[in-house]
Amino acid sequence: MKITEQEVRYVASLAHLELTDDEVKRMTHELDGILAHMDQLRELDTENVEPMAQVLFPGSENATLREDEPHTPLAHEEALANAPLSGAGQFKVPRVIER
Amino acid sequence: MEIRTLTIDSVQAALRERRASARELAQEALRAARQANAETNAWLTFAEERALAAAARIDQMLGRGEDPGPLAGVPVAVKDNIVTRGVRTTCGSRLLEYFIPPYDATVVERLERAGAVILGKTNLDEFAMGSSNENSAFGPVRNPVAPDRVPGGSSGGSAAAVADGNAVVALGSDTGGSIRQPASFCGVVGLSPTYGRVSRYGLVAFASSLDRIGPLARNVRDAARLLQAIAGRDPRDSTSAFAPVPDYAAAFDGQVHGLRIGLPREYFEGLSSATAVQMEKARALLESLGCKLRDISLPHTPYAVACYYIVCTAEASSNLARYDGVRYTWRAPHAETLAEMYSRTRGQGFGAECKRRIMLGTYVLSAGYYDAYYLKAQKVRTLITRDFLAAFEQVDAIVTPVSPFPAFRHGEKLDDPWQMYLSDIFTITASLAGLPAMSVPCGRTPEGLPVGLQLIGPHFGEPLLFRLGEAFERAGGASL
Repeated sequence: MKITEQEVRYVASLAHLELTDDEVKRMTHELDGILAHMDQLRELDTENVEPMAQVLFPGSENATLREDEPHTPLAHEEALANAPLSGAGQFKVPRVIER
Repeated sequence: MEIRTLTIDSVQAALRERRASARELAQEALRAARQANAETNAWLTFAEERALAAAARIDQMLGRGEDPGPLAGVPVAVKDNIVTRGVRTTCGSRLLEYFIPPYDATVVERLERAGAVILGKTNLDEFAMGSSNENSAFGPVRNPVAPDRVPGGSSGGSAAAVADGNAVVALGSDTGGSIRQPASFCGVVGLSPTYGRVSRYGLVAFASSLDRIGPLARNVRDAARLLQAIAGRDPRDSTSAFAPVPDYAAAFDGQVHGLRIGLPREYFEGLSSATAVQMEKARALLESLGCKLRDISLPHTPYAVACYYIVCTAEASSNLARYDGVRYTWRAPHAETLAEMYSRTRGQGFGAECKRRIMLGTYVLSAGYYDAYYLKAQKVRTLITRDFLAAFEQVDAIVTPVSPFPAFRHGEKLDDPWQMYLSDIFTITASLAGLPAMSVPCGRTPEGLPVGLQLIGPHFGEPLLFRLGEAFERAGGASL
């Protein structure tokens, strides 16, 4: 086994993802199979290979500095328009700090 | 006007010669799209008001004798993970069922500035994660060529809309093959441009180092015209390239004689017999055009699926963290605490494939596994990219099948995620390397299912792909 149900529950908690017991069972089985395939990469010697995080081109292609010019941002009410719950110009969430 | 056979050229001619107005075209296209949608489910939202307003602007400009732009009056479909101001953008997810974006993606702005008329938004796998369009929260898309088959994914709705003739061209997005594979399954042209060629501003992020926006069209020229309108540096996407955008129309000079084309042997193994037959015909056709074919090897190909699904799930787990019930329309009811609200919203809101990828991505990034999986995959990505760069020292372009098999039946690959992931085996390599790659129609199987030929070029080699693709098309590639 590459991964246990207990690990699946732990990873789900890291991802803030509620899973039902059935989902945990199925996910354990599926991830186990997928990770076994992924282990195939171990065959490769990557000792002196640089990791590639991004597609980059030589020269100035990705020079990303720009002028620091002011611009009008999204209006407050537009930014809040899709919020499930808002009020007083803020996003509202369940209470975090106890009084 | 017969919408089904329109091209960008014929739309321009019809407007110029006053045989139709942009408004009439838009109305007819919307009618055809609504009718087709009952069969295909390719569309999630029609933007009638916006389309008719855009068409009215075109007609006014034409009336005043002004130039309304290179895409004037062209009915376009936009994949529903590209944001449109005031027009619902769902990403195929319940979580965003009622999300109304407050801004337009750069590509949407550029399309409309070029005169295009956006008809609406097309169906997709949830957050573009899938190879069959069966992961949409709003139901699967049926392939217009064969309704019992999938249209491919994740840009299945865009491919179906173009194949069905409801839209002249469409925008899709491609992370691991999501434009090319559905284009091949539906028998249309699909291009994933060089990474950075087209701004991603306003494309809802799935895997940021891999995501690209590109055109789907019924012929290579239309794909080139669409790319012309959307390509180029955008300060709002720091990864968009500074490289000047060439005049793609200049590529259509038919000069493919002597072009050196590599056929990587790893891509011709394990093909369905019908696909293999079509590849043999393609080979003969390319030779008859004077191309110099040679067998090459891209030795790290067998590791690409594992590499890709580590990199893309890692990035996805991070990008999808924002759907937490705070900002984006839907929140699970009855949560007492903030943590409960996060996990219930996500647990109830995401579909099975998104959850699987969030879990995989979180796992490969977690303490103790980062080096073994994520860092390892990033290094393998370098090796895969080096394979290509070495090959392009020897050849001008690389030609492969788009997919090992033609469109499969609904439900056929749903039980085994790895089997579904293997559908992308020939497209994800160019994705990892950031190379431009195009699917062009390559005839049909005896059952009548389209097969696609993939042309891969060096970075910013789009003109070469257009030239080769158009020559192949003109020589009868689609009816091989």
